[in-house]
Amino acid sequence: MRGGLWQLGQSITRRLAQTDKKTIARRCFASEADLKKTVLYDFHVANGGKMVPFAGWSMPIQYKDSIMESTINCRENGSLFDVSHMCGLSLKGKDSIPFLEKLVIADVAGLADGTGTLTVFTNEKGGAIDDSVVTKVTNDHVYLVVNAGCRDKDLAHIEEHMKSFKSKGGDVSWHIHDERSLLALQGPLAAPVLQHLMKEDLSKIYFGDFRILDINGSTCFLTRTGYTGEDGFEISVPSENAVDLAKAILEKSEGKVRLTGLGARDSLRLEAGLCLYGNDMEQHITPIEAGLTWAVGKRRRAEGGFLGADVILKQIADGPSIRRVGFISSGPPARSHSEIQNEKGANIGEITSGGFSPCLKKNIAMGYVKSGSHKNGTKVKIVVRGKSYDGVVTKMPFVPTKYYKPS
Amino acid sequence: MATKLWASRAASYFRISVFNNTRGFATVAKNLKYADSHEWVKVDGNVATVGITDHAQDHLGDVVYVELPEVGAGVTQGSSFGAVESVKATSDVYSPVSGKVVEVNEVLNDSPGMINGSPYEDGWLMKVEVSNKDELNTLLDADQYTKFCEAEDAKH
Repeated sequence: MRGGLWQLGQSITRRLAQTDKKTIARRCFASEADLKKTVLYDFHVANGGKMVPFAGWSMPIQYKDSIMESTINCRENGSLFDVSHMCGLSLKGKDSIPFLEKLVIADVAGLADGTGTLTVFTNEKGGAIDDSVVTKVTNDHVYLVVNAGCRDKDLAHIEEHMKSFKSKGGDVSWHIHDERSLLALQGPLAAPVLQHLMKEDLSKIYFGDFRILDINGSTCFLTRTGYTGEDGFEISVPSENAVDLAKAILEKSEGKVRLTGLGARDSLRLEAGLCLYGNDMEQHITPIEAGLTWAVGKRRRAEGGFLGADVILKQIADGPSIRRVGFISSGPPARSHSEIQNEKGANIGEITSGGFSPCLKKNIAMGYVKSGSHKNGTKVKIVVRGKSYDGVVTKMPFVPTKYYKPS
Repeated sequence: MATKLWASRAASYFRISVFNNTRGFATVAKNLKYADSHEWVKVDGNVATVGITDHAQDHLGDVVYVELPEVGAGVTQGSSFGAVESVKATSDVYSPVSGKVVEVNEVLNDSPGMINGSPYEDGWLMKVEVSNKDELNTLLDADQYTKFCEAEDAKH
């Protein structure tokens, strides 16, 4: 821990913002006083949150429960996360969907009103600028949530394309929801607890569905989605009502839903096989390489029309040269940048995320390997501190997902 | 213990840097000597027992894997002799003394969490036959180490 942990906390901020030189300069030299605080900051501190710098924000990495306890409790009972650092954004206007479809791989037009999907913003080379959950609210309103660490570059990217789109007569404008906060309620108690705070029947709202409705006395955007593999919700709430809503959720759960920080959030998403942008997906990685071919809508495969479509459609046809896969390994947990070798000791790739799974009590990881070495059951060696340990390519999610879908 | 480059970049933000430590300060045992890299050492004759401090285990969180040296290996004051991995972070451990490893705590191979539960007793890491007792004078006593931790936490 020599050298100070605080500086290390900054490295992810720098990396996620690497395309934005001004942001880097600002963030590198930012002291804690310059970190942004969500409206729940005092609430976190009062509840024992260990605050760390994350993507320019002061966020709780954990509370009094350990990361291990929090991860397990999310799957057994439930977790409440403050994810207000993430950026909610609405596109409005009759051309919102055709505009957005130039930038993302999803078939947004094909979504039913009030439903959403995971998508990826791509660059001209087909690489990922960010991942995002996109919702078609109506034909002239799209709601998106993008990563905190990518906010500046995403907004700049969208704005640049919006300018030229509008100059050609397109009808689209944006609203950044800085007046709102975002809470994620995840786990088996998410629905029963939330049901206490709202009238609409949650049993009719399925995974990926979106509603604008009253929760605990304020108008919220409710999306049945999350980043843990569990059933759950992301609730965009007016900031002045966010602390009350957090308190109400915890109270209604009788203490079973616990405040949960970024540490357990990372364990949970890794167990669920979900990408962390900046680690498992970057500017030079395509969604196809990242295993997100399913997110390229059928119509989009036929028509293209998004940035990097030529590269992406060719990869769908021919297969990518590298692929994101999961691993279970022996020895110490594999970490980002651990080398992956085949059984003969030749380099075949690199780990991008890894750690100890609190739920499986095993080392799990994900990383990129050359096509051919990607099949489940393929034996590999993973190099940690100069020693190689046995690993095996393992199907993800590592822990089965429990999304609420119509039966 | 020092953080190392091979720890994942993602893990880097899980390295617990507490600028609002609401837990208060961790236990510091009176009869031990401390390195500013958060290892403790207890000397009995020529043999020094080495472990990581309560403060260190508290910051690391649940320990899930411990890499120990071989018995018979040489260790040098200030040099890495192994690693402690928590759910999210990898940390090197640095020897507070120079000498030869005479025993390692193999219980930790199966029960790494012992480091969290009993950092000063059952969670010890290795025993070293000390080659230069003068080195002990360069280490911190309990009061100095307590102040060092307070100052380090206050910075954040």
